[in-house]
Amino acid sequence: MNWDVIFGVSLESLLNATMIAYALAAIGLNVHFGYTGLLNFGQSAFLGVAAYGLAMTVSTFDLPFWLGIVIGLVGAVLLALLLGIPTLRLRADYLAIVTIAAAEIVRLLFRSVTLSEWTGGSDGLQRFSDDFYSMNPYSKGLEIGVVNFDERELWVMTVGWLLIALSLLIVFLAMRSPWGRVIKAIREDEDAVRSLGKNVVSYKMQSLILGGVLGSLGGFIFALSRAAVQPDTYGTEFTFYMYTIVILGGAARVFGPVIGSMIFWVLLAFINALLPALISQGYIPTWIMTPIQAGAVGYILVGLGLVLLLIFRPQGIFGDKKEVMLDGR
Amino acid sequence: MADDITTVPPGVARAAEALKDVPHEPGAKKKDPILVADSVVRRFGGLTAVNVGHVEIQRGAITALIGPNGAGKTTFFNLLTGFDRPDEGKWEFNGKPLAGVAAHKVARQGMVRTFQLTKALSRLSVIDNMRLGGTGQKGERFWQSLIPAIWRGQEKEITERADELLARFKLDTKREDFAGSLSGGQRKLLEMARALMVQPDMVMLDEPMAGVNPALTQSLLGHVKSLREDGMTVLFVEHDMDMVRDISDWVIVMGQGSIIAEGTPDTVMADPRVIDAYLGAHHDGTQHDPEAVAEEVGEVAATDESAAPGGSGASADSAAPGDFAAPGGSGASGEVSGEKKAAGADE
Repeated sequence: MNWDVIFGVSLESLLNATMIAYALAAIGLNVHFGYTGLLNFGQSAFLGVAAYGLAMTVSTFDLPFWLGIVIGLVGAVLLALLLGIPTLRLRADYLAIVTIAAAEIVRLLFRSVTLSEWTGGSDGLQRFSDDFYSMNPYSKGLEIGVVNFDERELWVMTVGWLLIALSLLIVFLAMRSPWGRVIKAIREDEDAVRSLGKNVVSYKMQSLILGGVLGSLGGFIFALSRAAVQPDTYGTEFTFYMYTIVILGGAARVFGPVIGSMIFWVLLAFINALLPALISQGYIPTWIMTPIQAGAVGYILVGLGLVLLLIFRPQGIFGDKKEVMLDGR
Repeated sequence: MADDITTVPPGVARAAEALKDVPHEPGAKKKDPILVADSVVRRFGGLTAVNVGHVEIQRGAITALIGPNGAGKTTFFNLLTGFDRPDEGKWEFNGKPLAGVAAHKVARQGMVRTFQLTKALSRLSVIDNMRLGGTGQKGERFWQSLIPAIWRGQEKEITERADELLARFKLDTKREDFAGSLSGGQRKLLEMARALMVQPDMVMLDEPMAGVNPALTQSLLGHVKSLREDGMTVLFVEHDMDMVRDISDWVIVMGQGSIIAEGTPDTVMADPRVIDAYLGAHHDGTQHDPEAVAEEVGEVAATDESAAPGGSGASADSAAPGDFAAPGGSGASGEVSGEKKAAGADE
């Protein structure tokens, strides 16, 4: 068995672009769900809007890269307004219903035949990341032991980790301020906050926009690291993985989403590398699972892990038991 | 909070003086009303929950709003504070129209409420609960919140004020605890203290005694009275008649959505209309047939849902001072004798 590859892939998942994209998305979702108590089940739409905003600007309309970034960010803000204005006055569960539907609408719009002239339909778009990689200061990759990154990966990771640092700084500063106090109080009881003279709807909207914009940074990293956008990557399971990550790391904890994303991807990469190896070596007979089935089993095990986590440690890795967001019982 | 009428020292005398010549009738005009409401109507489908013709609340006094369950007291409260919207009607607070104004703006105008089911913000510390009440905080704006230098000074002032109030409400030892760890009575105290952080002119208390341990009742009563001494106006909904008699300067009685009686506590409690509202109009009916009486009582309880207030109303007539009709919790029995002493002193 090639342990070097198995461990190499696993360790790379601690730092690579996919993990970064999920971490950024989860940082945004943590603002919504962890701090404000907004049940946003459409976080994937924020990433999708940002990724497509960038890709369409550059690839379809041949406009500059930075304009694409601006359009992606503006798109995320508009999506937050669009979702928030009709739902934030209603009870929390309505937001969940509307956001999950909105995310699907966004995905289906991107893959629709009618719009395929601009969005590339179900094939998505490519050739929008050249400007980004032309800024790459690295001329060769990095190889430390079993871990191996090429120079393009290094560049995405550098930018990605800077964005994570910036996002965490913003969340940290905002949540320890009086603004964050209002946000957390809204999570506890909206009416109490309203009775103290705070405009609850406005704060919820600000939270929705902040989390959406942070999530959109993840969308940029996700699209740039693959140099492609495809509509079906921005489906509902994308959002569910983000929830897994937020809960794993500990909701309403500044570093929770980053640690959660690391653990999630290391475990998933390790299992997905280990199982096929075990099968090919004959340690797992093929009547239990074939190498093709091993991928699905990986996700099943991750799901099982999440269930166990919710039962035995509902506050996540960093959470405070007294302040637990989710009660598994 | 700085009210110009605080010149006459004791709030009780001031309130009594202001209400001296006010006729004991529904919709009576007050000398200096802080709140004036006109034809406020709220319907839920076919049911008219609130239909208040005219009511005025005297500034600087403690006014009780009583009535059997389902009389519309809490709905009226919700309307006045912007938590519900009326079908018709208008009202003025400090001379400014408030009908249709959002709840948070009502609070900013100086009318702050508490809730029947206490809304302590469980996973915030007690001091953070208090700080939240501070108004006009620069750090509550998103972009300014990112630069602590902008709001640190103001935060310090707010914290000092919060600490003073916590000491006054004897919650200073709980300062850093999560509000969720407080007892029911302490949560009521916290909610009241937090409301004072807004520096209101008028405090609206929705059943301040509900679910409070009897040992804390007197201290809560004392705090409500101290609001009057500070020049604030208090309007509260309550079922506990002992409390109503003890602290209120004026009582407004609601029945089936409208105001059926007004007056000082003693006159109102002797008013046959009030007794009718609580016990049903025919409560003195067929006394010879025990079965029919039992049936009728059951009927009244079912239609008026008035089993609880009927009970506390009866206890108001028979209870000696110091006996509390408030639903008791467990705990601190050691303090009860001291509380009785305090109750005796208040009588």
